[in-house]
Amino acid sequence: MTAVEETPLSAAGNPIGFGSMKRKEDQRFVRGEGNYVDDVNLPGMLHSAILRSPHAHAKILSIDTSAAEALPGVHAVITGKTLEGLPRPELLGDNFAWMPTLSYDTQAVLATDKVRFQGQEVAFVVADSRYIAKDALELIDVDYEPLPPVMDAKKALDPDAAIIRDDKGFTDNRVVDVFGQTSWESGNKEETDRVFAEAEADPNCVVVTEQIMYPRVHPAPMETCGAVSYLDPVSGQLTMYTTSQAPHAHRTVYAMVAGLPEHKIRIISPDVGGGFGNKVGVYPGYVLSVVGTIVTGKPVKWMEDRSENLMSTSFARDYHMTASIAATKDGKILGTKVHVLADHGAFNGVAQPTNFPAGFFHIFTGSYDYPAAHCVVEPVYTNKAPGGVAYACSFRITEAAYVIERIVDVLAAELNMDAAELRLKNLIKPEQFPYTSPTGWEYDSGEYEKTMRLAMEMVGYDELRKEQAEKRARGEYMGIGISFFTEGVGAGPRKNMDILGLGMADGCDLRIHPTGKAQVRLSVQTQGQGHETTFAQIVSHELGIPPEDIEVIHGDTDNTPFGLGTYGSRSTPVSGAAAAVVAQKVRDKARIIAAAALECSPDDLEWELGRWQVKGDPDRGKTIQEIALLAHGSLELPEGVEGHLDAQTVYNPPNLTYPYGCYICVVDVDPGTGQVKIRRFVAVDDCGTRINPMIVEGQVHGGLADGVGMALMELIAFDEDGNCLGGSFMDYLLPTSVECPDWETGETVTPSPHHPIGAKGVGESATVGSPAAVVNAVIDAISPFGVRHADLPLTPANVWRAIQGNPVRVDMAVE
Amino acid sequence: MSNTMQVTMTVNGTEYTREIEPRMLLVHFIREELGLRGTHWGCDTSNCGTCVLWVDNEPVKSCTMLAAMADGREVKTVEGLAKGAELDPIQQGFIECHGLQCGFCTPGMMMTGRWLLDNNPNPNEEEIREAISGQICRCTGYKNIVKSIEWAAAHPAESEVKA
Repeated sequence: MTAVEETPLSAAGNPIGFGSMKRKEDQRFVRGEGNYVDDVNLPGMLHSAILRSPHAHAKILSIDTSAAEALPGVHAVITGKTLEGLPRPELLGDNFAWMPTLSYDTQAVLATDKVRFQGQEVAFVVADSRYIAKDALELIDVDYEPLPPVMDAKKALDPDAAIIRDDKGFTDNRVVDVFGQTSWESGNKEETDRVFAEAEADPNCVVVTEQIMYPRVHPAPMETCGAVSYLDPVSGQLTMYTTSQAPHAHRTVYAMVAGLPEHKIRIISPDVGGGFGNKVGVYPGYVLSVVGTIVTGKPVKWMEDRSENLMSTSFARDYHMTASIAATKDGKILGTKVHVLADHGAFNGVAQPTNFPAGFFHIFTGSYDYPAAHCVVEPVYTNKAPGGVAYACSFRITEAAYVIERIVDVLAAELNMDAAELRLKNLIKPEQFPYTSPTGWEYDSGEYEKTMRLAMEMVGYDELRKEQAEKRARGEYMGIGISFFTEGVGAGPRKNMDILGLGMADGCDLRIHPTGKAQVRLSVQTQGQGHETTFAQIVSHELGIPPEDIEVIHGDTDNTPFGLGTYGSRSTPVSGAAAAVVAQKVRDKARIIAAAALECSPDDLEWELGRWQVKGDPDRGKTIQEIALLAHGSLELPEGVEGHLDAQTVYNPPNLTYPYGCYICVVDVDPGTGQVKIRRFVAVDDCGTRINPMIVEGQVHGGLADGVGMALMELIAFDEDGNCLGGSFMDYLLPTSVECPDWETGETVTPSPHHPIGAKGVGESATVGSPAAVVNAVIDAISPFGVRHADLPLTPANVWRAIQGNPVRVDMAVE
Repeated sequence: MSNTMQVTMTVNGTEYTREIEPRMLLVHFIREELGLRGTHWGCDTSNCGTCVLWVDNEPVKSCTMLAAMADGREVKTVEGLAKGAELDPIQQGFIECHGLQCGFCTPGMMMTGRWLLDNNPNPNEEEIREAISGQICRCTGYKNIVKSIEWAAAHPAESEVKA
């Protein structure tokens, strides 16, 4: 990029502004000096462990904790009954056994009446060490009366299905949202039905329908969830070190949950070992660490193990989708409709903006221009772990992108049309932006065809199709899969987006010290995205201060402004905008101070590379560093102008940003074994302005690996008795270096017109866009066997079954 | 539960003796008893490799080895890679090539990478991918980890060149 080449360099060789630079945070990590929650050890700290239910659905008849309590080294054994009558009701209220979820449901902190999923929290032990705490779990005797579990979402509404949420007085297993709705609808039903009816009656049109499931997967960051909590009995201050993607939101939630005064709560999210949505939710374990410190008066650490992470914290997807698409026979899409049966597990714990209970799924119309679309999402409870949404999904856009990209390929097969040609024929055109989609989204900017043509050129699309034809003639099966996705990220405008009533804006504070060095304080929280570098670059871009002179402070609610945190690719679109705006405020103030020092009018000054200078007389000027000293000095300032050079802001995004991309995957499939080998993967992303292209590419690489994992390997399945079949890394398979190809990345740059620096966010693009490319490639490879669709994960067994014409449910172990 | 045993091992060149429970895992010994927290605990089942360190110059997953099994042996952890302020080339490689994001898998990846280069100074891409295939990274998609190890191979420390 020429823009990057033109960026001036600092004395340390870093770009003053945008461009690739090495990360400021890396030194501590490569030395093993990262500070994750499990590395936090406070004086007198106790450890803890959670007893979890072996049953998916069972009544609790009794719990005997006496033997555990008698074990030397055990400080407390807490059950749901304890929480119903805690010793400190002034802090925790009368009944602390239940907590609100982020979706206005309630979730058991510790089960009192019955357990509702395997792995549910039943008792909590605080002890001198984690070994003793685990020993004590073995001594707790729980008497369960098993109930029939509801494991299959498709049977959740059967008349004889057991009722899961009898605690709420429900008489069936429908999820009821805060508005009292039991289904979530978007688009125009009447218009869509009309378009489909006409298409069905028209011999020049086709309608195709497919059952497309996106089964349950798990974000599985390498660091599991945990917390170290300490309530100082003298000051009443609760300090909580925790694995949090959203420290400020969590502070408010703990204040609401525990009744603790919010000004006495300090959340510190130190280094976070990956999040991917897993660390957005509030889990019973976090809350129990708070209970533990209240009960014992000592700091309490809770750190879950891998099985607990996989079996009890936020899953993702679990959408059973029926998708239909109507088109003319020459490939012009007329409309789409989707019905979703959404499996929400035992408690509705999804983290969504309140007005969007199905997340942003209704962006499922994708990157194509057509008039009619409609979807209905019906959520049900099952006896599975609660949570949902998590796993780098941009509020369920992963499911949306997958279903449209899959059904478009099914349409291409029906029409016997090339999948690229069909897409090119329907992509939204540059002159149509801002584009209002049939379900009401206003896409901000895009040059879709350009991006798609670049991807096709990079991969050598036409040559690959020729190779494929030759190979098919020889009985070899290669496949080429395309995915063109559009995301809406950066939630969101406060007029219609909040979580638990908290508007989705983010604050930013900037302080310029007298010597011209700066500190910028963020409300968002990195989990590896490199905020300490990129946010310094944003401020550097606006003020000309070298990025090495700008310290980024985050992850501590006592030292940073309020904001909703990092998920849904929102850091750059929202907090990044806040950082640019706050720096612009400082620049404006610097202009006034420079004018006072230069004895001229601010209007006479122009900004040039970190310096206000007199128009037409560039030798007369003041650098931002000189202005910083003047601002803190004795220079007489104009009436009404305060000293110092600090500013703060709260950024309320006017709209989402809409990053997009075109991914092309090439696979070879062994029809004898069903083994898939990814030969190549080309990813062209357009995320608008790239602050640090090196980091952007790194984000894309990681998301592509996620996509390969979900497409080929990852699955949380259950058997009919409710046993989780993905409860360890022996069973929940993640991609390694040998399954991942050498990613080939490309870029186009179409800035967002409404973002201060034109950046759109990219953290989840590849996770959203890549699964469909892999699946489309595999289906393309085995299409000569008559296969039009098969559900992910396309493990060798599932591919082989599809080839045999005998696909089975992938999410259930059934005969 | 109160029975304990004495273990002695050399970690990063320093000898340590501790009285521990026989069941204590090596990863917990290194982290909790010695306070070396660069070695991480990620899965319990030898799948993720965030706990990789060296015992007698071989990389092992310390979550599935008892501390007692390292008695009398020599252990090296991520904290033993750098020589004071000077980073090992494998550490520098991860910085140069953006081989880390959240940093949680990084110590284990670097320990395996260092071991690979000590035994095969010029590995090809396939050999690097094979070497780290028992370890999981959720952030990088592995490409930049491979490049980081290649960078380290191309930039050996002076002491390595002399050797």
